[in-house]
Formats: sequence, structure tokens, C-alpha cells
Amino acid sequence: MKKLTLKDSEYEIKKGKILRVRKMTAIETFFEIALPGGESLDHEPGQFVEVSLFGVGEAPISVTSSPTKRGSFELAVRNVGKVTGALHKLKEGDEVGIRGPFGKGFPVRIFEGNDLLCVAGGLGIVPLRSLINYVIDNRRDFGKVEILLGCKTPKDMLFNEEVDEWNKRLDVKLNCTVDKADPDWKGNVGLITSLIPGINLKPERTFAVVVGPPIMYKFVIKELLKKEIPERHILVSLERHMKCGLGKCGHCQINNFYCCQDGPVFSYDKIKNIPEAL
Amino acid sequence: MQYAVLKKEYLNEFITRLAQDQKVIAPVAKGYNQFAFEEVKSGEKVALDHIPTILPPKKYFMPQYETLATYHANSSQKMNPVVECEDLILFGVHTCDLAGIQCLNMVFSERPKDINYLIRKSKITIIGYGCNDYCDEYASCRLVHSHTPNGGYDLFFINLGDKFFVHINTLAGDEITEKTNLFEPATPADLNALAKIREKKREIFANEVPVVHERMPEMFSKSYDSNVWEDLGKRCLACGNCTNVCPTCYCFDVTDEPNLDLQTGKRFRRWDSCQNEAFAKVAGGESFRKERSARQRHRYFRKFKYPMEKFSRLFCTGCGRCSRTCMAKINLKETLNQLVEEQGMKNLKAGRETE
Ligand SMILES: Cc1cc2nc3c(=O)[nH]c(=O)nc-3n(C[C@H](O)[C@H](O)[C@H](O)COP(=O)(O)OP(=O)(O)OC[C@H]3O[C@@H](n4cnc5c(N)ncnc54)[C@H](O)[C@@H]3O)c2cc1C
Ligand code: SF4
Ligand code: SF4
Repeated sequence: MKKLTLKDSEYEIKKGKILRVRKMTAIETFFEIALPGGESLDHEPGQFVEVSLFGVGEAPISVTSSPTKRGSFELAVRNVGKVTGALHKLKEGDEVGIRGPFGKGFPVRIFEGNDLLCVAGGLGIVPLRSLINYVIDNRRDFGKVEILLGCKTPKDMLFNEEVDEWNKRLDVKLNCTVDKADPDWKGNVGLITSLIPGINLKPERTFAVVVGPPIMYKFVIKELLKKEIPERHILVSLERHMKCGLGKCGHCQINNFYCCQDGPVFSYDKIKNIPEAL
Repeated sequence: MQYAVLKKEYLNEFITRLAQDQKVIAPVAKGYNQFAFEEVKSGEKVALDHIPTILPPKKYFMPQYETLATYHANSSQKMNPVVECEDLILFGVHTCDLAGIQCLNMVFSERPKDINYLIRKSKITIIGYGCNDYCDEYASCRLVHSHTPNGGYDLFFINLGDKFFVHINTLAGDEITEKTNLFEPATPADLNALAKIREKKREIFANEVPVVHERMPEMFSKSYDSNVWEDLGKRCLACGNCTNVCPTCYCFDVTDEPNLDLQTGKRFRRWDSCQNEAFAKVAGGESFRKERSARQRHRYFRKFKYPMEKFSRLFCTGCGRCSRTCMAKINLKETLNQLVEEQGMKNLKAGRETE
């Protein structure tokens, strides 16, 4: 059997150099990464990359930085297993393999001129942060911006300083809630769904973007529909097992959709009749 | 010369001459009424009129285990993407398996293209073979119209008794007939004999399941919540045999295999199966097809519904391999019959109507 070298393999990685590592929580770490020669990753908010470590494997990870941040991009990784565990051992100056960006991100151009309601549960803030910072960097192109954040306990909050900064801005409205408070917590307590009824919005000009654990979607969407937000104005980002990112390996298939190519961002009207989606 | 004949007594010599300067692959008997595609040097062991091989020829287009890249992991992430390939002639590929290869071609040439597959494909020459009779009771090739050839070959052989009728479909096929120098032009009598065989075939092959081919996706749309899946789920052992042997199942896993030095190694892909529970499990612990019934339904929908929307064709070739191999005796024809019954889509004349 011959082994030919390929110049155009979809599996070829780019070398990413880790510029900065920061521990975020007990299990989440933040990485800032640059491609060779400062090449742009050229992603859309909501897209993901395959992060590769030879000898360990690859894992799909959302790009958490906005494309408006140039010269490098950022990831936030939760340690849950092999690849994510190995990533947590890396130091500044180390290299990782990067493939992508992959998938359909948030339809930012369609959002322009409209109001945005961002709903992030747990790790959902990671992809949403890319959108939020993109919107903030192009602030006048969008209408009202409201952010709802939810997580289990105050200790699990990600991007605290940045969230504080968003909170201080007069052109962004922000609301946090935790399932279980600690003595220092000053925000809301309860599920993220409890924050939605109180929001004042114009449904026909609002786009709601929802990212969180699988269980969250049904409940949040129900509340959003009660607010009469049109189905195609509700965007979700779905997580599935992925191996190739190329719409072939089959792991991420949601009925007739391939999450890695057709998603991970879907509008609710597209998936509401797709039984495996939510 | 577009039509030729090869006398049967020359088959052995034909394969021998072909094998002189290229690797020739053909079905060979393995005992216990099992057959497998493997390398042959002569025609002696070639088994043509038998049930489909254990594994379909997809193993040459998309190997069970394939190196995608070799790597060097020490200070920096260095990789060398590769494709493993060789020139092959596949001989004796039944029409159902030709259909299977056509399905895979669509999947892997769709963007983003799978260059590994496409390079391997470009190095394979295909000599098809038409069955004059059913191989066994598991086949449902008539239902999906794969009992006759629909292209996808370089040469095609049909058994005329004492000789093979040969359709030369491509220049590569023509070069084979030239090089081996054993073929004669087909005569009007040969064409007559061919017409008779075809006539007989029309009598023998009838729709194995009483439903119109074109209405199958509709039948599946209506059957998403059918009890049929519950029943399959109770019986299925989730072994994944059915997907391994299926000519149109192509799901895979990508993994690294370090060498002993732990610095170098390879990234490879291997066949995976949607019938394993972990297949669709994500890090939070959520599994998106937790029940075996949902996984069996997924397998069937990937044959009869989803590809219709994406590629406008069914991804079942009627080869019967999944039913033959299943330890739980899950039988594709039986499942389809149950769905037909349940959805009231029985059409006894289905076979004739779609002629
Ligand atoms: C589009 C997308 C974006 C994501 N973004 C982020 C992110 O920004 N930050 C983050 O921390 N995580 C993210 N994830 C989840 C992350 O991909 C998985 O946690 C990671 O793949 C687990 O790999 P592992 O080798 O560490 O785990 P393993 O040791 O392989 O397994 C641990 C668990 O993860 C599951 N798993 C394994 N491989 C995959 C895979 N390729 N895809 C999904 N699940 C898998 C296993 O079934 C098992 O339950 C994202 C996933 C997707 C699909
Ligand atoms: S071969 Fe049979 S038992 Fe095994 S996974 Fe397929 S249907 Fe289930
Ligand atoms: S589903 Fe069964 S009969 Fe159909 S192509 Fe696959 S193995 Fe053959």
C-alpha cells in the first residue's frame, strides 16, 4: 500500500501558539491563541474550531472571542476528559493544532438594526461572549441589548470582570441569576427562565439567542414564545458529539441535519419539528 | 467495440493476465456459505453467483482502519497528512454493491470533499457482475431498483451460460479488454441471448416488499413514532454488525495512536456505528439516542428517508447483509413489511407499476 502525502487534506491542522493561559474556575481554563504569522482565524461569532493535540486527539471548542479582536483568538475549555484534560496542562508558549472554523454561527447581519436578547446558561456564555463582544464593538448597528446569565453557583460564573464591565455600560442591560447563592451574592436566585417574564421587549424586532445545557432549551424557548417572539427570531446553539467537523462522521447527526455543518446555530422554526433536536 | 463476449473457459486466464501487473480483488468462498472480497491471482477461486460478501467493497474505498496523518508531537505540533491507496481492479461487483459505491461517492464528493476517499476511488477499476437469479431470500434489490446495473462500472459481465456478455462502459474498461486480448465482439445471437436473460430476470425479480419505491420516504415520515421501533429496540443487541456490513454506512471515529516513543504516531479513522450508545453522547452526559429503539430507527431513516432529502436516492441497496448478519434476527424486509402494513401503503402491483 502506498502512502502519499496530501497537500489539501481537510484534516491538516494549523499550528496555534498559546499566548496566554488563565485559570477561570476549578475546571475551566481560558486560552489566547495566535496562528502563524498572525493569520486571522476569520470566524463568525458562534463558530467553533477543532482543537488538536497529537497523541491525545481532537475536540470541538467554540471560539469565545469576537472576530473584531484581531491577531489572536480565545477559547474557554472545561476539563471533562482526555483532550480537554490534556489542554489544561498546557502553558504559555506551547502549541496546539487548530482546524476550522466550522459550522454556521449566529446570523449577525440579520440581527443588525434589531434588539437582542442573549440567554446564557452555564458554559453557554462561551460562544455567546463572541457575539456579545462583536455587538458591543459594533454597538450602533444594533438596537437594545439585554443579557441574561445563569449558572449553578456564584463560583461557577465565567468572565466575571468582563461581565462587570458589560454591566456598567449604559448601552447594555444585564441580569444574572444562580441556582444556589452564597452569602456574598447580590444578584437573583432561581432558574434563568424566571428572568424572562419581567423583560420588556418588542417581539417583532427582537432576536433571542439561547445557549446552554440541553435541558435548558425547552424551558427557555417556552418563555420566549410566551413573549410572542417569532419562532425564526429564536436562535439556539446545539452541542453534539463531533469527530470530523466536515459533515461526514455521523456523530453529530440530528435527524436529517449534521450539527457541525448545518449548525451548531439553528433558528427555532427550523428545528421545532425535528424530534432529536431539543 | 461496446459489447463483447468472453468465453467462460477464458475466465481463469483473464484474471491471471489482469493480475500480472495489477492487484485484482474478487469474491472468494470462505466456507460456511460465506464469501469475501480478497486478492486473487487467477480465476479458480472466484465465486460469482453467490450471496453478497461478508463485507461490501466499501472496505477498499473507505478502509476499516485508515491513517489520516502521521505526526511528530514533541515541541511543536507537526503533521504529515497522508492517503493510503493503491491501484486495484475489483472484479465481480454485484449490482447492489455498485449502487452502494455510488452512494458513498455522493457522500464523500459532497463539499467539504473527502480527498482521501476521492484519491482512492480514482485508483480503482470496477468490473461489475449481474445476478440472473436471487442470491437468497434476504435480498430486496428489486425494491430499490439495484437488481439491474445503473452505471458505476468500467466493465460489466452477464452470465450467458457458456460465456459472459460484457458491456464496455469506459476507456479504462476498453483498455482491459485490449490488454488481456481474450474478448470477442458480441454477435446478434449474443444480443438475443442477453435479451432472453433480461426477460427471464423480469419474471424472477419482483418487488420483495409490496410498496412503491417512490413512496417509501413518505412511509417513513409517517412512521417516526411507530411501535415497530420499540419492537426492534427490545430485540437489538447493539452490536453494530448491521452497520459494519452495510455498503452505505460510512460513520467513523477519529483517534490518535502514539508510537512507543510517545512523540510520534498516527491519527487514524476507523468505522464506527450509530448502534453504540456512546456514539451520540456528549460531555455533559447527555446521550441523544439513548434507547436502542431510537438507534435502530436512526439506522433505517438513514437508508430510506434522510438521504432522499439530501441526495435524492435511497441508501439501501437491498443487499440483505444487515439481515443475514443480525444475531437478533432483525430482518429488513420484515421491518419494511410491518411498516407497509401499519401505514396501509400496501400496493400489490408495486413491482410492475414502476417498470
Ligand atoms: C460545537 C461545540 C462547541 C463546544 N464548545 C466548547 C467550549 O467552548 N468549551 C468546552 O469546554 N467544551 C466545548 N464543547 C464540548 C467539548 O467538545 C467536549 O467536552 C470535548 O469534546 C470532550 O472531549 P474530551 O476528549 O476531553 O473527552 P473524552 O475523554 O473523550 O470524553 C468525555 C465525554 O465527552 C464526550 N465527548 C468526547 N468527544 C466528544 C466530542 N468530540 N464532541 C462532543 N462530546 C465528546 C464523551 O462522550 C464523554 O461523555 C463543545 C462541543 C461542541 C460540539
Ligand atoms: S446486527 Fe442486529 S443486533 Fe447487531 S446492532 Fe444491528 S440490528 Fe442490533
Ligand atoms: S440496509 Fe441492509 S440491505 Fe440495505 S444496503 Fe445496508 S446492509 Fe444492505
